[in-house]
Amino acid sequence: MATQTTTVGRIPRVKKQTGLWSWLTTVDHKRIGIMYAFAALFFFVLGGIEALLIRLQLFKPNLDLMHPETFNQLFTMHGTTMLFLAAMPLTAAFMNYLLPLMIGARDVAFPRLNAFSFWIFVLGGIFINTSWFLDGAPHAAWTGYANLTTTQYSPGTNTDFWVLGLQLLGIGTLISSFNFIVTILNMRAPGMSLIRMPVFVWTTFVTAFLILFSFPVITIALFLIMFDRLFGTVFFSVAAGADVTLWQHIFWIFGHPEVYILVMPAMGIVSEILPTFSRKPLFGYSVMVFSTVAIGFLGFSVWTHHMFTIGMGPVATSAFALTTMAIAIPTGVKVFNWLGTLWGGNIRFKTPLLFALGFLSMFVIGGITGVMHSAVPANMQHHDTYFVVAHFHYVILGGIMNAIFGGFYYWFPKLTGRLMNERLGKWHFWTFLIGFNMTFFPFHFLGLMGMPRRVFTYAEGIGLEFWNAFSTVGAFVMAIGTMIFLHNLFASIRNGEKCGSDPWDARTLEWSLPTPIPPHNFDEIPKIHARDEFWARKYEGVDPNAPVEGWNPELDEYEKKHGIHMPSPSIWPLILAIACTVTAYGLIYSPWVMVGGILFIIVSIFGFAYEGDDGYYIQPTKGLSQ
Amino acid sequence: MGDSRIFQSVNHRIVISAAWALIALMIVLFATGPVGAQTQASTLQPAGPVAEMQSNVFWLVFWIGVGIFTTVIGLLFYVIVRYRSRRGDEKRVPKQTEGSVALEIAWTIVPVILVIIIAVPTVQGIFALSKPPEDAETLSVTVIGHQWWWEFQYPEYGIVTANELHIPVGKVIDVTLISNDVIHSFWVPNLAGKMDVNPYRPDPLPNSVNKMWFQADKPGIYFGQCAEFCGLNHALMRFRVVAHEPEDFEAWLEGREALATAAYQPMTAEEEEYAGHAELVNKGRELFSRYCLGCHSIDGAGFPFGGTLGPNLTQIGSRLTIAAGILDNTPENLAAWLRNPEAIKPGTLMSTLRLSDDEVEALVAFLHSQK
Repeated sequence: MATQTTTVGRIPRVKKQTGLWSWLTTVDHKRIGIMYAFAALFFFVLGGIEALLIRLQLFKPNLDLMHPETFNQLFTMHGTTMLFLAAMPLTAAFMNYLLPLMIGARDVAFPRLNAFSFWIFVLGGIFINTSWFLDGAPHAAWTGYANLTTTQYSPGTNTDFWVLGLQLLGIGTLISSFNFIVTILNMRAPGMSLIRMPVFVWTTFVTAFLILFSFPVITIALFLIMFDRLFGTVFFSVAAGADVTLWQHIFWIFGHPEVYILVMPAMGIVSEILPTFSRKPLFGYSVMVFSTVAIGFLGFSVWTHHMFTIGMGPVATSAFALTTMAIAIPTGVKVFNWLGTLWGGNIRFKTPLLFALGFLSMFVIGGITGVMHSAVPANMQHHDTYFVVAHFHYVILGGIMNAIFGGFYYWFPKLTGRLMNERLGKWHFWTFLIGFNMTFFPFHFLGLMGMPRRVFTYAEGIGLEFWNAFSTVGAFVMAIGTMIFLHNLFASIRNGEKCGSDPWDARTLEWSLPTPIPPHNFDEIPKIHARDEFWARKYEGVDPNAPVEGWNPELDEYEKKHGIHMPSPSIWPLILAIACTVTAYGLIYSPWVMVGGILFIIVSIFGFAYEGDDGYYIQPTKGLSQ
Repeated sequence: MGDSRIFQSVNHRIVISAAWALIALMIVLFATGPVGAQTQASTLQPAGPVAEMQSNVFWLVFWIGVGIFTTVIGLLFYVIVRYRSRRGDEKRVPKQTEGSVALEIAWTIVPVILVIIIAVPTVQGIFALSKPPEDAETLSVTVIGHQWWWEFQYPEYGIVTANELHIPVGKVIDVTLISNDVIHSFWVPNLAGKMDVNPYRPDPLPNSVNKMWFQADKPGIYFGQCAEFCGLNHALMRFRVVAHEPEDFEAWLEGREALATAAYQPMTAEEEEYAGHAELVNKGRELFSRYCLGCHSIDGAGFPFGGTLGPNLTQIGSRLTIAAGILDNTPENLAAWLRNPEAIKPGTLMSTLRLSDDEVEALVAFLHSQK
């Protein structure tokens, strides 16, 4: 399609739909979702390589493969990368791609802001990682406990990159959360009441609220430490009377909801896969929704269980132990409802289902060790040991990542019209699952046997040798599994078996669309009559055109006559993201660059605001029109 | 690719068997004890009442966890085997069950009961750990964390030592935890779970200084280490707890008290043992006063003062380890450490002094004469 510009506003706007430029300027949620997925997979591989280097150094006691400083940078960046640059953006990829499709919308509420969220994530990720090539990567752990992060104990720019990088990423995440909340509240198709939304939409909704309430907290924490480091304030200076445990409270008020920010979308993905492959609706839908919301609320009341050894006194400790245990109840309810979904089904063992079952079994292990941690006397032994490392890897890698892999296999045909290879998918599943358990199950033993976390080496002769070596071998098995996945993903884009628009005989609205999905998603905004709308149309004789409450026939008529209004692409989201990143470098290296960056931000905001365009119109049958 | 039912495919049956075999192998290996361990720092081999209570709570939640895991995974396997799709039956639409109120109530109540079973000993334990038993005989110890070594003070006796905490068995050790720099965490797996060692503020509020207590029930050497990431050499911040029979501890205490109050002597009684090396030892003493005394102290060795920046080295000759619990205290290791501490512990505050071999030999002789 040709490049067209329009002069309706003050700044001309690009409209190219193909080529690199179209990707840099796109505001289409589907394209943004795809870019999220590939960028996040890149960071996932990067974090994985960091993990392999960590495991190599720990293969034997007293190994000297790297300087302790390098090791500390590696584990800090492994955690930071996997959480903020891999897991969260991977879930964001699914949210972006699927959310409008699942609720019958043409895009998210603020398409340009959505593009900005993506670009600031990519540039924030690159920003943090450039520290490797400058003066060294962050080295004070992903939790950045004060006062270790003050300039007195962490001179150099390492921690500055961590502080400012997380700040950049936080901007994107927060904006996404506003975007998703507004989209879900305002843009659902007629007939889709809240209680008819697919569970993945529900988990996205709750996740967005968790972000909305928790990210401002980390933003403030990062500002405090940033002011200490760059401008000489003394928020975390012990000599000035600071109680540095304050950082831990603020950090975990964000940090615990962050865990749910990661796991909720994964639960949502699994709640979509299980019904499709057992050919039954999700068991106990409303209970699942309420459990999701309950976990979201309780998630804000348990932060100090990350700090049971900080010395809070017995009353506070007991209270937080009990709230933590309480979370096990809605979580357990979810697990049993997933089992209930499978019960009585007609279960087809396709790869997406295997990964969903992998999620279920690994998440149960991570959940059980989570409850163990709430038993404070035992926690005093487990805290900050490899037992905890085992626990959160079972939740995040065994749980969340399995769900995400499952999501890839499940929705890949919707994007490409091709299936991912089932045989390779199964090899991927089993090598990953076995490698994962070889790597992380022994961590439970290591923690119980006295191995603290975040150590670049460990004592010889207290029994830690065997399981460390075993675990390192497992890490490489897992790496093979991941390589099989990447090969399968890229090879299937070109060579995958062709399939129709609904290869799994699925239940939700996105599968009713043709593949590839047109830019405007729906030729006509769908009318929703049931929870599993597409299934109801296929098997329960629901007429897709039957009128529903809230349906506005005039809008359909208008669109038929004039075409569908679409937003034009825009380069300003990318430019604004670049301006923010330049400012961050300026804060570290040069006040003049910082001032320039801030001016650049202001100019970009004006560009964002004043680029004029009324968008363009698509005629579903005729294509693009002006 | 069309048909891919895992239970009918040989490949996957082998993989599943391998997975189960692997889990079984892990459990067997763990049950038979850590492979190749000479000593133990296991949280599950408690040597005192605190660690014992903590491991009891662990075993309670562990067995509940095993029960839950077996139930869920058992159900999962039952479901996926029983309700798997049969060949030619893929298109069948099963009954579209929406849910069950009775089941939802059941699987809400069961976890509530389990949680209560865990909650009771948890809360009891939290309060039991919060302060020492009222009628117990106690010994007060102040633990001071430094990047990256441990200072141990006995305020009742005016004694200071480093990286090796001597305690009597059967007595409650009442510990006050203070950090000199960043947050550390004091952990002796066999004796007690950890407690954070927070930086000491200029004007601490009441209750803002962390306390913990523990007790050893049998004599022995217990492995300890820092458990909170504290910077570059967090991994190398280890120590030992030496639990003595009460009489032996009394003797150790008296020896240390005598040294702490000893008047200046040209040569201590212990150094007489080194008569053959007297010259070497005296040279070492002189070198020590020139190079080391600014940071280190040795009680009773005849120095009018000593520094407090580095570990107190009184009786360094009888310590088990050097460099914060990471090297056996042999003349060779001590010499290597003196020659180039940076090579052993990168980033250590101990200076690399560029000592000659003769100087190192003299310093080792002097330090090892301090018993």
